[in-house]
Amino acid sequence: MENLRLLFDAPILTVQLLLDGILIGAIFALAAYGMMLVWGVLNIINVAQGELVMLGGYVAFFLFKAGINPLFGVPVAAALLFVVGWLLYRVVIFRIVDKDLFISILATFGLSILIQQLAKVAFSPDVRTPQAGFGTISMFGGAVTVTWIKIISFAAALTTGGVLVWFLRGTRMGQAIRATAQNARAARVMGIDTDRVYAWTFGVNAAICGASGALVAMTYLVDPYIGLPYTIRSFMIVIVAGLGNISAVLATAIGLGAAENISAFLFGAEYQIAFVYGLLVVILISRRIVLARQRRYLA
Amino acid sequence: MSTATGKMALALASAALLFLYGPTGATAQTEGDTINLGAAVSLTGKYSVNGKNTKDGYDLAIKRLNEMGGVKVGGKSYKLKIVYYDDESTPARGAQLAERLINQDGVKFLLGAYSSGLTKAIAPITEKYKVPHVEGNGAARELFTEGYKYLFGVLSTSDYYLRDAVNMAAEVAKENGRDPKSMKIAMAFENDPFSLDVRAGILEAAKKHGMKVLVDDKLPPEINDMAATLTKVKAVKPDLLLVSGHEKGATLLVRQTSEMKIDVPIVATTHCDSAKIAETMGKQAEGILCASQWDRTLAYKDKWFGSADDYAKTFQKEFNYPAPYQAAESTASVLVFADAFQRAGSLDPAKVRDAIAKTDVMTFYGPIKFDETGKNTKKPMVLYQVQGGDYKVVFPSKWAETKIKYPRKLPTN
Repeated sequence: MENLRLLFDAPILTVQLLLDGILIGAIFALAAYGMMLVWGVLNIINVAQGELVMLGGYVAFFLFKAGINPLFGVPVAAALLFVVGWLLYRVVIFRIVDKDLFISILATFGLSILIQQLAKVAFSPDVRTPQAGFGTISMFGGAVTVTWIKIISFAAALTTGGVLVWFLRGTRMGQAIRATAQNARAARVMGIDTDRVYAWTFGVNAAICGASGALVAMTYLVDPYIGLPYTIRSFMIVIVAGLGNISAVLATAIGLGAAENISAFLFGAEYQIAFVYGLLVVILISRRIVLARQRRYLA
Repeated sequence: MSTATGKMALALASAALLFLYGPTGATAQTEGDTINLGAAVSLTGKYSVNGKNTKDGYDLAIKRLNEMGGVKVGGKSYKLKIVYYDDESTPARGAQLAERLINQDGVKFLLGAYSSGLTKAIAPITEKYKVPHVEGNGAARELFTEGYKYLFGVLSTSDYYLRDAVNMAAEVAKENGRDPKSMKIAMAFENDPFSLDVRAGILEAAKKHGMKVLVDDKLPPEINDMAATLTKVKAVKPDLLLVSGHEKGATLLVRQTSEMKIDVPIVATTHCDSAKIAETMGKQAEGILCASQWDRTLAYKDKWFGSADDYAKTFQKEFNYPAPYQAAESTASVLVFADAFQRAGSLDPAKVRDAIAKTDVMTFYGPIKFDETGKNTKKPMVLYQVQGGDYKVVFPSKWAETKIKYPRKLPTN
């Protein structure tokens, strides 16, 4: 374990890895909020989540190309993607809301391929890097570096989480969304237009993804194929955190980011995703064991 | 049945046989005083852009050679012509078309298709029919480890892409009074055949110079963050950082070395011209080295086109776009045939094959000399360095326009 020894020789590296991981994790959290919302309310697993992230990235890129600081891409992407999400619901998603879970996976998988290929045709497969140009902070004599954009992303993820909580608790639409999530039929009986609630939910999801996409593009890069890892991570985060708990999503996402980064350092970047999946399996199995034990007490 | 109809049937049958087997034999590759070459190129499908580059390169060579009076074989002048088919960017179709060129069109000399995949599909066919096959667009190393006798590549294979970055580092180290043996390498590669070839080449060169490899990471294809690998690089403080991860790898390398302040004296990568790092990433790209097959500023010269720059000008005039290296290596493939025909003094495929194997010629594309496996080992790869927002050729030093800036100064953003 040469890499492990490296960590012991220079413990400061651990700080770097953890910092990077925590800050990336916050970006993962954003896409995961959206997935949780759609899953909880519409009972749909949206496989096209990553593609919405990708579209948000292109919004930042085109602003950057027009000479505007791509940071404005965060609200602009959110607004534009809300419209995209709304349209997607009105054209495709409403047809699969009450259907089997597998049909929704199939339909959104088809959507993801369609969006990806359209993006390739429209934006070309080139790799793009819109940069906000905020520079880097160096600490410990340059041994640890953090880019400002990552810190901004982290703050944006926390803010979005806060806004989401307020939206769900404090607004009429938010209350309607929660009511629909609890019991769609009862909500309908109470006079809630659930169709409209679904459209809003999908729109809000797309808006959050768009904002995270703009942050991803500014932190790393964007091309038509960056979506899939974000879909996978959102899925994993929601599985671990459970539906309906926003702070758990944030905590899981940050933990995942840190675990990924440290595993990539120790075992090589090649095994990063494999490690994450291994972790998922371990968590699911151990949770089953715990649950089974609890059930035994109840019986 | 009367004897008359019997005779007629026999005549018909033999005519049919003649028709079927007609265009074979030693004379079929020529029509009067024209030599036919054959090529399957990708005019449609995913390689259509590079397929067109390839065809334009071939056409320009043919036009030039015919303007200069064609090629002299055994005292007789021949014009050249190419029979084209569209392989639709699919290897299976390419192999089919190669059979068709050889069996139905009677072509005895084949030019390469675009990409390693198609070349790999066509090479067994040309081998089977003993048809010389000169290509300029299949760079995979494995094309030349199969023992093919009839396949020749004018370009540097993929294991040469960053080999010269290591050689150059050794050269620069010596100039600066350092022993190359004391140099340390950190490297990262995507897990695809091309990048693994690049890695193999680096390992051989590092061994030759006695350099130590400290970091050797593999990057996943969905990579969008190199932070973990670069943290390691920062810890071991290498003298060279080498990366091959297509456009994404090049982009991330440039961006994150600058953001994370990874200060390495020599940083080299593949694909930075196609990732457009100098054009889009500004100061962050300063000092990065990039591997390329060919460049118009090189001081190579030949009797057909003049200098590399003359070639680029002729090409631009003919096709209205700047000559990409894919076109240059295609043109060079035709020149190899022309040169070999004249030296063989015959159009017998076996003799032409032997003449090609003995090729030692200077072209605008660089020197061409094949080793026993059929690859051109005499032409070095070109290394660009991004200097002042532009790609400047810095290696091979003998042909280069500018000197390398060493050590790379970490750009401040």
